[in-house]
Amino acid sequence: MRLELIKRPQHSVLFSAISPLIALVLTMIAGAIMFSVLGKNPLDALYYYFIDPLRETWSLHELAIKAAPLILIAVGLSVCFLSNNWNIGAEGQFIAGAIAGSILPVVFPDFQNWLVLPLMLIMGMAGGAAYAAVPAFLKARFNTNEILTSLMLVYVAELFLDWIVRGPWRDPGGMNFPETRDFHSFAILPELMPAAGRANWGIVFAIIAALVLWFVLGKTRKGFEIRVLGQSPRAGRFAGFSASRMVMVAFLISGALAGLAGISEVAGAIGQLQPSISPGYGFTAIIVAFLGRLNPLGIVAAGFVLALSYLGGEAAQISLGLSDKAARAFQGMLLFFVLGCDTLIHYRIRLVGRAPQVREAAEHV
Amino acid sequence: MKKLVMALAASTAALAFTAAPAAAQDKTKACWIYVGPIGDFGYSYQHHQGLLDVEEHFGDKVETAYLESVPEGADAERAIERFARSGCDIIFATSFGFMDPVQKVAAKFPDIKFEHATGFKRDHPNVATYNSRFHEGRYVQGVIAAQISEKGEAGYIASFPIPEVVMGINAFMLGAQSVNPDFKVKIVWANTWFDAGKEADAAKALLDQGVDVITQHTDSTAPLQVAGERGIKGFGQASDMIKFAPDTQLTSIVDDWGPYYIERVQAVMDGSWEQQDVWGGMKDGHVVMAPYTNMPDDVKAAAEAVEAKIRDEGFNPFTGPVYKQDGTLWLEEGEVAPDGDVLSINFYVKGVDDQLPN
Repeated sequence: MRLELIKRPQHSVLFSAISPLIALVLTMIAGAIMFSVLGKNPLDALYYYFIDPLRETWSLHELAIKAAPLILIAVGLSVCFLSNNWNIGAEGQFIAGAIAGSILPVVFPDFQNWLVLPLMLIMGMAGGAAYAAVPAFLKARFNTNEILTSLMLVYVAELFLDWIVRGPWRDPGGMNFPETRDFHSFAILPELMPAAGRANWGIVFAIIAALVLWFVLGKTRKGFEIRVLGQSPRAGRFAGFSASRMVMVAFLISGALAGLAGISEVAGAIGQLQPSISPGYGFTAIIVAFLGRLNPLGIVAAGFVLALSYLGGEAAQISLGLSDKAARAFQGMLLFFVLGCDTLIHYRIRLVGRAPQVREAAEHV
Repeated sequence: MKKLVMALAASTAALAFTAAPAAAQDKTKACWIYVGPIGDFGYSYQHHQGLLDVEEHFGDKVETAYLESVPEGADAERAIERFARSGCDIIFATSFGFMDPVQKVAAKFPDIKFEHATGFKRDHPNVATYNSRFHEGRYVQGVIAAQISEKGEAGYIASFPIPEVVMGINAFMLGAQSVNPDFKVKIVWANTWFDAGKEADAAKALLDQGVDVITQHTDSTAPLQVAGERGIKGFGQASDMIKFAPDTQLTSIVDDWGPYYIERVQAVMDGSWEQQDVWGGMKDGHVVMAPYTNMPDDVKAAAEAVEAKIRDEGFNPFTGPVYKQDGTLWLEEGEVAPDGDVLSINFYVKGVDDQLPN
């Protein structure tokens, strides 16, 4: 006996709309069971997970800091994924953008004026885009598998960053420790409301990027082109759209946004380059992109939900002594139920196996 | 949304709602941030043992909390700030990468004490730093390795080329050379503090090159287990790993943070806490050698003698004559390296078969 997924002829509008809520409810039920088994009061656990991080202003700022790179990267990825380009290397483009953008404050620390920050942001975007252009070119020109090339370039970027902060860019006053000098004040992305918390302009960039891409994807001819080429490359070619140019466009947009996220992170929340600057934002953003159903506005919401799950996990660890592993399992449950509900809207489950054989046997009798 | 959460949780669990448990005012709250999981049975595990020592020592007078697997970077600052806001009186940040976040949060919360392990920045009066002279233990390991190894060559699994690790390699080398002046050490950089898979691969690579004893400056038990499968001896890291490698572990450098943590929490209770920079070693009880096992009695005796020399006589592993890898003289006969030079060391001593990643 086995299970089969059968595509539904049409999906329910009502359930499409409330599916994230159903997923949330299921996550809470499953989570409550897990917390009870672990001997924690499930009410407390859920409270710390979903409410506590939203209670205080500073924590909302932290939420914005955590969500900003996820949203920036994920909206860029949505362009790639919609056009059927599987860019798995956003983490590498994030790092490339961070390194390119850091050239000014690290190599030319004496160049200090108001021009520095805008230049850094532009160089960050250029760095990310250039790094994304590599797998894009290889795909467009030689038809290589972009999943592999973009992923492998992540490791190249990580090791390059590791090398550069230990070698040529190491802080001369830093006792040989692997980090660059601290960025000077002109190179720091300003905080939005310094008195209230440390959220910086990164979240503004993220929301602007989401709005612009929402408009481009939904309302313009370019957006139409992206969708057509993604869903049916053949139909796209008949319409006169160039698939290989689309590969470049999609990767460049996505790489530039990942690069912007990278430089915003080091110029904002971190303030210098370190051997590790991302706890896997480029990979988590893939989940965010799909959680937001590849819709830029959905991605904004998804980015905040995922950021909340990180902060909530921390709050639960501190307040209840819940282990890090339980916090992550809970996060996994959330993603499982969201994707599961989405699947069940488009497909139904059928049991196949036993039934036909039984009938056959009956006929033989 | 809030109502929904509450209603659901209530219906599934049918347990009474209790708000955040209010911390009793008379308790001192001590909080720890770990870079790895407490289940690593290495570095973070040992810090957590220190937390448990504090709980045992103070009982009801202290309240503790911890966060494990906190990434170094933007997340660390939030984690530390969350602690600061949750009523911690003293916060121990136990990894080098938490250095700058500690300074930033410390500036905002002048009444809270911050203790940062292995760092060097103390930008505010409420920040202290602490570290241990683990390299003293590595010198003892070198003495043992040189007597165990028949080929005169050891394998060394290193994490990152920061001074902490480089000084460990050098101390190990000098210990080995005190027994066998021609001793060699081969190094593999795993570029991780904790990754059982990578560490096991590194151990295999070294053993394939023919070394017949290994040591590690990474935190998992995997290298010891690989060594055990090949019938080779090795050294544990950060904690006593004997139960993972009963026939393999020669000894292990045990980071005993308990005494330091108890002392500093006590200082907060007494109101006598002051900024300081502590670099404790064997004589302070911060570095302890696990029992010497799986070795002949004469090697054990030699190891114990060196340990006693360091612990009781104040012997410094970096005592001349010491030559750099390129053959130039670093320390004259009888000259002892100043702590500052050791803490920022970025070169190998003679005999290390590797080029320092630079």
